[in-house]
Amino acid sequence: MSDKKVTIEVDGRKLEATAGQMLIEVTDAAGIEVPRFCYHKKLSIAANCRMCLVEVEKAPKPLPACATPVMDGMVVKTRSPLAIQAQQGTMEFLLINHPLDCPICDQGGECELQDVAIGYGDDASRYVEVKRVVKDEDIGPLIETEMTRCIHCTRCVRFGAEIAGIRELGATGRGEHMRIGTYVGTTVTSEMSGNVIDLCPVGALTAKPSRYQARAWELTQTNAIAPHDSVGSNVHLHLRRGQVMRAVPADNEAINETWISDRDRFAYQGLSAGDRATQPLVKENGGWRPIEWSDALALAVEKLRDARAEANALAAPHATLEELFLLRKLMAGLDAPSLDYRLRQADFRATSAVPGYGLSIADIERLDAALLVGSNLRKDLPIINHRLRKAALNGGDVMVLNPVDYEFNYPLGGALITSPSNMVASLAGIARAVGVSADGAIGELIDGAAENDETNRLAARLTAADKAWVAVGALAEAHPDYAVLQAIASAIAEASGAVFGFLPMASNSVGAALVGCVPSDGGLDAVQQLSQPGKTSILLDIEPAQDCLNPAQAMRTLDETAFVIAISSFASDSLKACADLILPMAAFAETSGTFINGEGVWQRFDGCVRPLGEARPGWKILRVLGTMLELDGFDYESPAQVHDEVRAMIGDRGIDNSLDDPGDVEPWRPKGMQRIGDVPIYRIDALTRRATALQQTGEPVSALACINAALAKRLRIADRGQVKVGQGGKSVVMAVRVSERVPNDTVWCPAAVDGSELLGPQIGDITLEKA
Amino acid sequence: MANEVCFRTLHRDRSWTLDVYESEGGYEALKKVLAGDWSPAEVVDLVKRSGLRGRGGAGFPTGIKWSFISRDMPGDKYIVCNSDEGEPGTFKDRDILRYNPHALIEGMIIAGYVIDAVAGYNYIRGEFWEPYERFEAALDEARQAGYLGKDILGSGYDYDLHTHLGAGAYICGEETALLESIEGKKGQPRFKPPFPAQFGLFGRPTIINNTESLASIPDILRQGADWFRELGVENSGGSKLFSVSGNVNRPGNFEVPLGTPFAELLEMAGGVTKGRKLKAVIPGGSSAPVIPGDQMMDLNMDYDSIQNAGSMLGSGAVIVMDDSNCMVKVLDRMSYFYHEESCGQCTPCREGTGWLYRVVHRIETGRGRQEDLALLDDVAARIAGRTICALGDAAAMPVQGMLKHYRDEFQYHIDHKKCMVGAGG
Repeated sequence: MSDKKVTIEVDGRKLEATAGQMLIEVTDAAGIEVPRFCYHKKLSIAANCRMCLVEVEKAPKPLPACATPVMDGMVVKTRSPLAIQAQQGTMEFLLINHPLDCPICDQGGECELQDVAIGYGDDASRYVEVKRVVKDEDIGPLIETEMTRCIHCTRCVRFGAEIAGIRELGATGRGEHMRIGTYVGTTVTSEMSGNVIDLCPVGALTAKPSRYQARAWELTQTNAIAPHDSVGSNVHLHLRRGQVMRAVPADNEAINETWISDRDRFAYQGLSAGDRATQPLVKENGGWRPIEWSDALALAVEKLRDARAEANALAAPHATLEELFLLRKLMAGLDAPSLDYRLRQADFRATSAVPGYGLSIADIERLDAALLVGSNLRKDLPIINHRLRKAALNGGDVMVLNPVDYEFNYPLGGALITSPSNMVASLAGIARAVGVSADGAIGELIDGAAENDETNRLAARLTAADKAWVAVGALAEAHPDYAVLQAIASAIAEASGAVFGFLPMASNSVGAALVGCVPSDGGLDAVQQLSQPGKTSILLDIEPAQDCLNPAQAMRTLDETAFVIAISSFASDSLKACADLILPMAAFAETSGTFINGEGVWQRFDGCVRPLGEARPGWKILRVLGTMLELDGFDYESPAQVHDEVRAMIGDRGIDNSLDDPGDVEPWRPKGMQRIGDVPIYRIDALTRRATALQQTGEPVSALACINAALAKRLRIADRGQVKVGQGGKSVVMAVRVSERVPNDTVWCPAAVDGSELLGPQIGDITLEKA
Repeated sequence: MANEVCFRTLHRDRSWTLDVYESEGGYEALKKVLAGDWSPAEVVDLVKRSGLRGRGGAGFPTGIKWSFISRDMPGDKYIVCNSDEGEPGTFKDRDILRYNPHALIEGMIIAGYVIDAVAGYNYIRGEFWEPYERFEAALDEARQAGYLGKDILGSGYDYDLHTHLGAGAYICGEETALLESIEGKKGQPRFKPPFPAQFGLFGRPTIINNTESLASIPDILRQGADWFRELGVENSGGSKLFSVSGNVNRPGNFEVPLGTPFAELLEMAGGVTKGRKLKAVIPGGSSAPVIPGDQMMDLNMDYDSIQNAGSMLGSGAVIVMDDSNCMVKVLDRMSYFYHEESCGQCTPCREGTGWLYRVVHRIETGRGRQEDLALLDDVAARIAGRTICALGDAAAMPVQGMLKHYRDEFQYHIDHKKCMVGAGG
């Protein structure tokens, strides 16, 4: 498109536009309302609804504003008799087969068809014949269908083809027989599928989890930041009587554009889970007893005083910036150096100060090449993957070095799929092909690496690219040689002129790093804390059985720890098994705070519903603990004061992906089979794990071992049978699947699922035998 | 004076074989083109000067369409032939495929050479199994003779033709729906612009012509643009195939010069059956508005004459109806067709064609209401000119034509719940 400016006239107003722009973009920008159904600014133009017909001088018939490029001197009338007659004609046609069942339709009150019908429809229909009826399909637990209401705008179809990247919905049949469906009756599985609910202008596709639960006009809308990944998608929460009923995207071009992932949309369901912590609980003689807040706090203070500098603390990286800051301040006040948020990190030999993307989210779609090291990006960070997909469709090469051949929704520019222990050598091979020259042990590793066609191809594409990105993902973080992988990846980026970055998982990983939720001198990191029982430990919003790298060891260690104070929104059985005191904390939407996303953007949000039961905002709990411990500087009166203090403390600091030298690079050598324990998309945090609809989508929720056919044959294991999986002396019987996505001698055995809490590290030695 | 162009070899035994075609001057034009006797630009100019207009129905000048694509445009370009022939009443392209397939092949090669296309596709109607086999056999002959494939006749030009058999959807005769169908997608028209010349098959510049148009090309080159143009009349160059059907004694295809009086064409088709009175004629396929018989007898079969009479020459499908026909019943059947064949993509056609049919059908079945004729007028007007492709117009025009000329028959049906024709009134 040229940048040539043209002037057009719409309804007597002179408007500036860029040649080639569609008329509707110009009228939208000028605030001139043109009715539409099929047009959507993020989707291709279909021009099928014919609602946006307008009169254009010199054109023999009305033209669709969505598909009419502006030309200099064009004179447009959106409200002339011809235009109105055309728009009313379309409206009448759209309504003849629409059931008009607004009173029982969830879309009622927020329906584009209703809204436009008020402006362009008649109060009675001239159509007296029988209306079309369409049988519904069950397309899964997230989206409810009522296809008789469909007006065939095909937004959902185009969303699948263009945004989700999987064509799950399509139009079959001709004329009045045309219907939207999956054709083969399958479930819609895109991790972004819920967006079709917003796109659907009528009540054909509505949110299943909230179906029939509230009318649009009963809801009040507030703003929030999605707490489930490091994107920090902007959302609106829809509330009724102090309860979150729905989450929908809020537009933010720089972050989530107009989309959110299904995780961000439906995880709110976890807020009403049965095991929410609603009152302080204390463990007595192996049982649990409710306790007054004052007594609970006094008990916590007593135990912290006992431990003082020997106290440990672990915080979830999705805690708010204010909570993390106060926890750090509390620990500093106790002179206790053992504090960490990196619950899934395996190797602490070298780390970067504040790991983040290294570039802006919007820039990701302009990349020419990207190399992802250990990342199931589509499931880990759906919105980042969506940006990268745009880059890939634009000709960019997205390449991966992964231990599982994960499904991407765009063609990869290259893929090296190899066992976790081989990832180091493969990455070194790429480094060698790129021409990295490094000193020391890393240099020796690279010089000794083998190049092959694939490493050379990946390297060539990375080097040739103008704008490239080398990003280290969640699976690399759990790798026993994380420090080495980081060092090589960073060297590859430097040698190839690419930006080096990380793909932090949690909504506030960056914030946690910036406030310094890491061990200070002599302090214990997360792995150390969870391998040596201590005196008193604080767990801030953590479920150790699911949220840690090595759950079996974590549970054992915490069990042996003298006193564990869990500040938590949930009081799950596994938390009760290892904690001694549970202080109920306000959950998502119940507290104000700040998240700093993977790009380094600060986003503040307010609490919008009251904490459940006696739960209290995390910042208040920590503030009171600080005061009762008689530590300095805990007399805050509002979260804003905390925020201001942390703001001042962080100052201009932001993402810092520079690395220390890992020193020792002696690589991990597996004894036999290796486990690949990634965290499935809907097991990422306590809230998501309790979102019932998401748990029914078919994504892994319970223990499962995936092996390839060669290994299955060797071990004489049949697909869909049972196997006994062992790690660290414990074993779990689980289902087995045979899949060629897994390399030789590896077991893809997800973490954070039901049954995996008895297992060891996410990546490590594993045994497998027939059950 | 008949059978001058596409049916020129019809008198020969096994006219569809390469031997017969070559013995009648076949592939001479191609050889000259490849030998450089005419440059590609000169070929386009010849086609322009011949006055050849698209024979599929729209009548767009073929030479001008060709001139939209320059052979210097980079990347792949395609030729597509539309042999979908779905317009009810039309069956001329079927006979070209059966009796003169090599003329089409030669025309498609010349068109391909002119724009330097990499391949051509002939989209043949799904029901045309026998013509499809005959066309495929002709392609084999042409390949063996070196007219297709690598380095055609030593010219250095590589080009091949492929057939694509449709699956019976009327909409796939619409050129952009046809392109979608070849691409393996649901047959639905694309919004235009861009036109196929810019964004055609597989998104590449494409010329798409009707079978008869392309089959006319070899003779235009061999016998000259002037010869062709002068066969016809002003603004309607050449001769044209007319598929005459309905109440005539000898229905069939007739190739006559454009401008031939309808009366002569009717005569060739053996006149109206049983000596009945000519009631009405649909002169250009089912979507062309009907013309009353008396008026039609004074018209000539060329683009302008028929257009001035309020209809279209269209595809040349001449449907003749005698006075035993009830126009309500005729429209009932036609409206059902468009209701059934609407692709469903855009609102006015998807919803409106069914509405039109249901209203016409209730009039036909004695359930008409007094307000129905005004409703039909209004619904038809709300479809026409509001849709992505011409199917909406095609569905609206027969309604508008019938109501214009035979409103009294419809009114009679509504008033008396029965047919005027049967009642003898």
